[in-house]
Amino acid sequence: MANDVKKVLFGPLLNENPIALQVLGICSALAVTTKMETVIVMSLAVTMVTAFSNAAVSLIRNHIPSSIRIIVQMTIIASLVIVVDQILKAYAFEVSKQLSVFVGLIITNCIVMGRAEAFAMKNSPGLSFLDGIGNGLGYSLILIVVGSFRELFGSGSWFGIQLFQLGTEGGWYNANGLMLLPPSAFFIIGIFIWILRTRKPEQIEHEG
Amino acid sequence: MANDSVSKTFIVAFLLCVVCSVIVSTAAVSLRPIQETNKLLDMKKNILSAASLYEEGTDIEAVYRESIEAKIVDLSTGSYVSDVDAETFDQKKRAKDPAQSVEIENDLAGIGRRSTLASVYLVKEGSRVTRIILPVHGKGLWSTLYGFLALDVDLNTIKALSFYSHAETPGLGGEVDNPKWKALWDGKKAFGSQGQPEIAVIKGKVDPANSHAEHQVDGLSGATITSRGVSNLLAYWLSEDGFGKFLNRLQRDGV
Repeated sequence: MANDVKKVLFGPLLNENPIALQVLGICSALAVTTKMETVIVMSLAVTMVTAFSNAAVSLIRNHIPSSIRIIVQMTIIASLVIVVDQILKAYAFEVSKQLSVFVGLIITNCIVMGRAEAFAMKNSPGLSFLDGIGNGLGYSLILIVVGSFRELFGSGSWFGIQLFQLGTEGGWYNANGLMLLPPSAFFIIGIFIWILRTRKPEQIEHEG
Repeated sequence: MANDSVSKTFIVAFLLCVVCSVIVSTAAVSLRPIQETNKLLDMKKNILSAASLYEEGTDIEAVYRESIEAKIVDLSTGSYVSDVDAETFDQKKRAKDPAQSVEIENDLAGIGRRSTLASVYLVKEGSRVTRIILPVHGKGLWSTLYGFLALDVDLNTIKALSFYSHAETPGLGGEVDNPKWKALWDGKKAFGSQGQPEIAVIKGKVDPANSHAEHQVDGLSGATITSRGVSNLLAYWLSEDGFGKFLNRLQRDGV
């Protein structure tokens, strides 16, 4: 049991990372990673939604008719996302303004749906909850790595603290504009996957 | 009852919908007062920051009460209207009501209709007006940008431009909120020598040697359409159809 918990909770960090191994949830990883502040809030929001939707789906998994199971999962996820969005608007107004549409778009984040379908439909609510947290953490890890690179090289700062003096303000660092554009996240995620799969060759997919 | 029977499918779907809608509406209703306060406070904060009266930790309510006077203007004549309460005035709502709005002919800002009345905010030091704040809005890439343009008492020099509500891409169009970019607006001239709106966000950096430099602001990199949207919405709101008549009247009668 203890082993199970550990595997479910920490497996998705490197061994079964939802972004790096399953290549899910890329869209928001591109969209919100220009600044660390939005990265952290987005990570928390996705982790919460995945954990609670997993738990809720798992709780009623024995009663879900298979013909409508996807729409049942979607309804649960959508409700949770709206609740998270409302909470952010009430208690983290500034950040919610910056994240704008992307909180709502957690509904379409493949990780949330993927975990509900692949894990929560077959496992107990407690374990499913932990699986949600674990996958949320795996998603967060990538977002933090990508966000750190993008904010540091794109704006010369980290969490809004100026580390490199920008050339535009008389400093030495010439900001890399590409880092502020979505494609740079593709490169960073690609390099991350490359390093990860070099270290863990079992993650490499074989053709045929 | 088998899980896949028709009746069970309906029961599960129905119960799920009821539970989910209760959760969603509870969250929405119970959090609404806090969200409304946030929005209103944010609006006042934005008016104050357009007036350069806001810093971290400012008592927004107190400063607002002290130095801001809200007025309602009839855009077709440019004169103040006194029978509308400025506190409860809702320009967004009025713009949707055919009886209280007009269709825009030359729709630069991409907003379709505008309210016949508009709110303006006078920033005061004692009884002397130091700035005039005009609410402006227009389409960017994804969303309508809502903001404030602060003019100096010469009615030409821009003091600040800030947006309080938009849904542009964070990091790209969302950089309209970047303090460094907003600082570029201070001191720019809104109107050209013929009195026509001249201010524009250009592509790339403004060349200070250029004769138009005082009417130009650096573009936001990676956000061409948002930048163009900002130019267009200012061109509209500063035109005759926008606040032009009001500004002309002030020019004539004095602030």
